[in-house]
Amino acid sequence: MILRYILRRLAFLPLTLLLVALATFVVLRLTGNPVDIFLDINRTPEQVEALTQRLHLDLPIPAQFLIFLRDLLHGDFGESLQFSGSAATVVWDRAGATFQLAGTALGLAVLLGVTGGIVCAVWRDRLVDTIISSIAVAGQSMPSFWLGMLLIEFFALQMRWLPTSGYGEPRHLVLPAITLATILLPNFVLITRTSILELMGEQFVVTGRSKGLSRGRVLITHILPNAINPVLSFLGIQIGTLMAGSIITETIYAWPGVGRLLIGSIFKRDVPVVEAAVFFIATTIALANLTVDVLQMLIDPRIRRS
Amino acid sequence: MAPALLSVRNLTVAFDTRRGPFDAVRDVSFDVGAGQTLGVVGESGSGKSVTAMALMQLLPDTATLTSGTIAFAGPSGSRNLAALGEREMQKVRGREIAMVFQDPMASLNPILTVGHQIMEPLRLQMGLAKAAARARAEELLALVRIPSPGDILRAYPHELSGGMRQRVMIAIALSCGPKLLIADEPTTALDVTTQAQILELLRDLQERLHMSVLLITHDLGVVAEFADDVMVMYAGRTVERSPVQALFDKPGHPYTEGLLNSMPPLEDEDPEVLQAIEGNVASPFALPPGCAFHPRCPYAFDACRQALPPFAALGEGHEAACLRVPC
Repeated sequence: MILRYILRRLAFLPLTLLLVALATFVVLRLTGNPVDIFLDINRTPEQVEALTQRLHLDLPIPAQFLIFLRDLLHGDFGESLQFSGSAATVVWDRAGATFQLAGTALGLAVLLGVTGGIVCAVWRDRLVDTIISSIAVAGQSMPSFWLGMLLIEFFALQMRWLPTSGYGEPRHLVLPAITLATILLPNFVLITRTSILELMGEQFVVTGRSKGLSRGRVLITHILPNAINPVLSFLGIQIGTLMAGSIITETIYAWPGVGRLLIGSIFKRDVPVVEAAVFFIATTIALANLTVDVLQMLIDPRIRRS
Repeated sequence: MAPALLSVRNLTVAFDTRRGPFDAVRDVSFDVGAGQTLGVVGESGSGKSVTAMALMQLLPDTATLTSGTIAFAGPSGSRNLAALGEREMQKVRGREIAMVFQDPMASLNPILTVGHQIMEPLRLQMGLAKAAARARAEELLALVRIPSPGDILRAYPHELSGGMRQRVMIAIALSCGPKLLIADEPTTALDVTTQAQILELLRDLQERLHMSVLLITHDLGVVAEFADDVMVMYAGRTVERSPVQALFDKPGHPYTEGLLNSMPPLEDEDPEVLQAIEGNVASPFALPPGCAFHPRCPYAFDACRQALPPFAALGEGHEAACLRVPC
């Protein structure tokens, strides 16, 4: 049954991706002629002509889209204008760095956020709850680029403990991961706290206690398993925020991932790479959401039935 | 009356809410005899459920048991449950006193199987191994007359009907062989046919297992069928205590009288217009002085507004807190 559900969801994936493709295609053609921006001031008419043909810009827009779709089905976004090699390869080569950063940040945010939320809920309205909740609310309103700059200033420039940027060693990952995690962390604290407090008022919690279970046991066997799904729902919604945040974070720390590649390619109007990068990010988000839905189904038998 | 299994004296429970403090239960005393059923009757907010939760020491964080004793006859003599610590209470809950609640859907954890939830007290309280707990859980489901117990063990609560869920709750409550079962409006959320079946089941089980039952309800019909004794509560206080027959024959308190008059008549009686009790339940934050019922009482006179009426006897084990008694 679960397998059927996954297959059904996967069947809808192409539709999502088609819409993403359409949106990317339209936006790129609404923001000026890529040829004018990509080629420098000393361009020759021959260069303009060649690039226009290469990007099929001489054809009517619907025809351009059909060609775009046809190539897309072959996984072909065209050759990158600024790098040698296909756009798909250029993006895929940087996917690892993005997954490393986003994965670490997500793990950090979930681990600390859920722990913090549990602590806040269990010691509700006590000092520890007030402190953590206040920091979480303050953290929610802290822009990540600002936090990133503060972290660089203090830990990299003043204390000289960590590098300002770079890639390859664990120490390079610390500041970017913290910056990106901070975008999600406060919300995880607050969502976990609220979910648990709501569940604490449920009748089945009283049932558990009336059977002779201790508070701690009811928390672990009855409350926490029920709190996973609301947190997962939130996580599903936040995957988009995570990917958007990783674009900002990669830019701040010169992290060689898809996000930074995307920003650079937008400025240079490297159309094939922009299309491939957006497509990559959208696919990641769609697959992450599918994973979240499947996990929720495994946890809650009520979702399995419907 | 049989020797008391549970003997509650002068129980008072205070709540501290944002709107201010109030006593939800005031000076309540009652006994439950071994193998007997005490029906506790009253409107919503009369303190019935709070009394039950106080017995289990499962009051919400905003509530405290401010005074009173809860003597419960255990294997090693009688203990005052009100003075027990959390650790010791955990051994009482489920094992000696068990509870069934109003809403059988909300009472079960939606994401755990029925089997898991029945086996939980068996394994933790009785120390049974998994296989033994499973076998016992099947027996318990058969005891509450659930067909094909093996399948139901693997089912989730949402796959069962309301009546089935309440049977599962009863099975859980009975799992460790409690001496007292607190049933807090056990049939209120069920449809009428199922109500009758569940009550029938409870009565049968009580006899077979020689359990005492504290039955909380607002339905006097349920009390008439099931209880041996009745306690009527109003605004946190006991207003009348009586053997069940005597209460229906000769209600002592005007509030009890009002409750009886607001019952739909049985088929063989003349249909009359139902009489509602005038007014609303007194707010716990602004209780009227004297007898809390006097603003709604058709017989109230000056003295009712001045002092709390003491209990006056109407017969064997029958007393009411009303100045008109005996009238």
